[in-house]
Amino acid sequence: MSMPAMKTEVSAVVIAPAAAAAPVVTMTPKRTPRAESYARMAKETAARVVPPLIVVALLLVVWELICRRAGSSLPPPSKVFKDTRELILDPFFDNGGIDKGLFWHLSASLQRVAYGYSLAAIAGIALGTLVGQSVWAMRGLDPLFQVLRTIPPLAWLPLSLAAFRDGQPSAIFVIFITSVWPIIINTAVGIRNIPRDYRNVAAVVQLNPLEFFTKIMIPAAAPYMFTGLRIGIGLSWLAIVAAEMLIGGVGIGFFIWDAWNSSHISEIILALFYVGIIGFVLDRLIAGLGKVVTRGTAAN
Amino acid sequence: MQAYLKLDHIDKIFARGNATSEVLKDINLTIERGEYVSIIGHSGCGKSTLLNIVAGLTGATNGGVLLENREVNSPGPDRAVVFQNHSLLPWLTVYENVKLAVDKVFAKTKSRAERDAWVMHNLSLVQMAHARDKRPSEISGGMKQRVGIARALAMEPKVLLLDEPFGALDALTRAHLQDSVMALHQKLGNTILMITHDVDEAVLLSDRIVMMTNGPSARIGEVLEVPLARPRKRLELATNPGYLKCRQRVLEFLYERHSFVEAA
Repeated sequence: MSMPAMKTEVSAVVIAPAAAAAPVVTMTPKRTPRAESYARMAKETAARVVPPLIVVALLLVVWELICRRAGSSLPPPSKVFKDTRELILDPFFDNGGIDKGLFWHLSASLQRVAYGYSLAAIAGIALGTLVGQSVWAMRGLDPLFQVLRTIPPLAWLPLSLAAFRDGQPSAIFVIFITSVWPIIINTAVGIRNIPRDYRNVAAVVQLNPLEFFTKIMIPAAAPYMFTGLRIGIGLSWLAIVAAEMLIGGVGIGFFIWDAWNSSHISEIILALFYVGIIGFVLDRLIAGLGKVVTRGTAAN
Repeated sequence: MQAYLKLDHIDKIFARGNATSEVLKDINLTIERGEYVSIIGHSGCGKSTLLNIVAGLTGATNGGVLLENREVNSPGPDRAVVFQNHSLLPWLTVYENVKLAVDKVFAKTKSRAERDAWVMHNLSLVQMAHARDKRPSEISGGMKQRVGIARALAMEPKVLLLDEPFGALDALTRAHLQDSVMALHQKLGNTILMITHDVDEAVLLSDRIVMMTNGPSARIGEVLEVPLARPRKRLELATNPGYLKCRQRVLEFLYERHSFVEAA
């Protein structure tokens, strides 16, 4: 019986020396749970972080073993790191033209996505609201949307190049046209699913259309909208890399294409790594924003 | 009798494609100021449709609703509704839910501070002032319904419409809330029209009970005066002969003369 008791005491001391050192006895029960909760938090974080780290380490080892032999067409991770050391350590250099650090390429791509995606978010929510609210707008526009949304992003590029006669607006247009459909469709579903009760409340209180839009529609449909926005940001990031390969200039897509033309396979791998990380961050950003905005919106 | 709220020859026919179904036929009812009237009937008899017509949320096919001798045919805060499932907006706090209505109804007549005080006053009336910053998901079903009542009261309606307000609550909560509504009616003297399918609730709360026949083409079958003195006490009424007689009358109407026919 005495063993477990001693054990807890020891662990409490280890985790929270302040608690042990506290001269006032009544402080101890207050502090110990906090120390315990920190320990639990650390444990939970470890449980989430350790497994993917192990998997990544294993994959790196396998990759190294496969690609290390002479004559391998792809470099092993050790060579990738050695080749791209400079790019990793100095992402901010700028030698003019397209000879820039990765930071500049990524920020150029992100800027294009920001423009195209913002336009898509505004237009998508507006059109989605229209289609969700009006039966005639839905009948008129929905078939059109269903056909247009199946067109692959890059198929729009030649057309937009012809229209805009410039790479930059064409890339932004491709982003826009790629990400706008899921935003429209999800917003429309969200608007259509606003419970009858909320509409009745608005009618009894006599909200005007603008108040109804801002106070009822937007919050009620927000979870759906954010589903659309989240799919949209993923698609924009997918499309930008492909579009930039074709339009050239500064941008992570063209960086990859340029690296391929100069046979810098290691640089391609490094760029892919960054593209993946940024895509992941963008997705989490929108998801997090959605969580904050729709806090409490889920029906109870 | 001074008609405060008058339901005048109301028919309601729903049409879907070529099929039409008559839900309500020739509903006539006058309600005095300060009166508490319940409408009781089996489910599907169109009593909720009738309430929606009074609220202006549904249009009548023929006939109309007169409030103080003026026709009303669109929704408005003079006929505030307490909905069956509370219908609080889940993204707003308790306070904000009531505030939404108060801000709109008293935009011109009350100052900002007065509106704030008015929201809190109405929340205190239903004993919910303590939960002002909670969201609907954080409070119980009975508390949500209290806030729903506060929101409706805060609009200072001429007629308060209750659409099975206690239907979704457990028996104990329901009794507690019924007592609250009775006390509020006693204190504020609102004119109340309530939909219910609970016989005890109807007799306990109402001055008159309107009994509806079964649909389709539901009519008012009978109107029963409840001659019990107020304030009424639930426990004392349980053995009161007048209460039992009223209860008996409603039960006979609902289960003998107009018993519910499944899949009629």
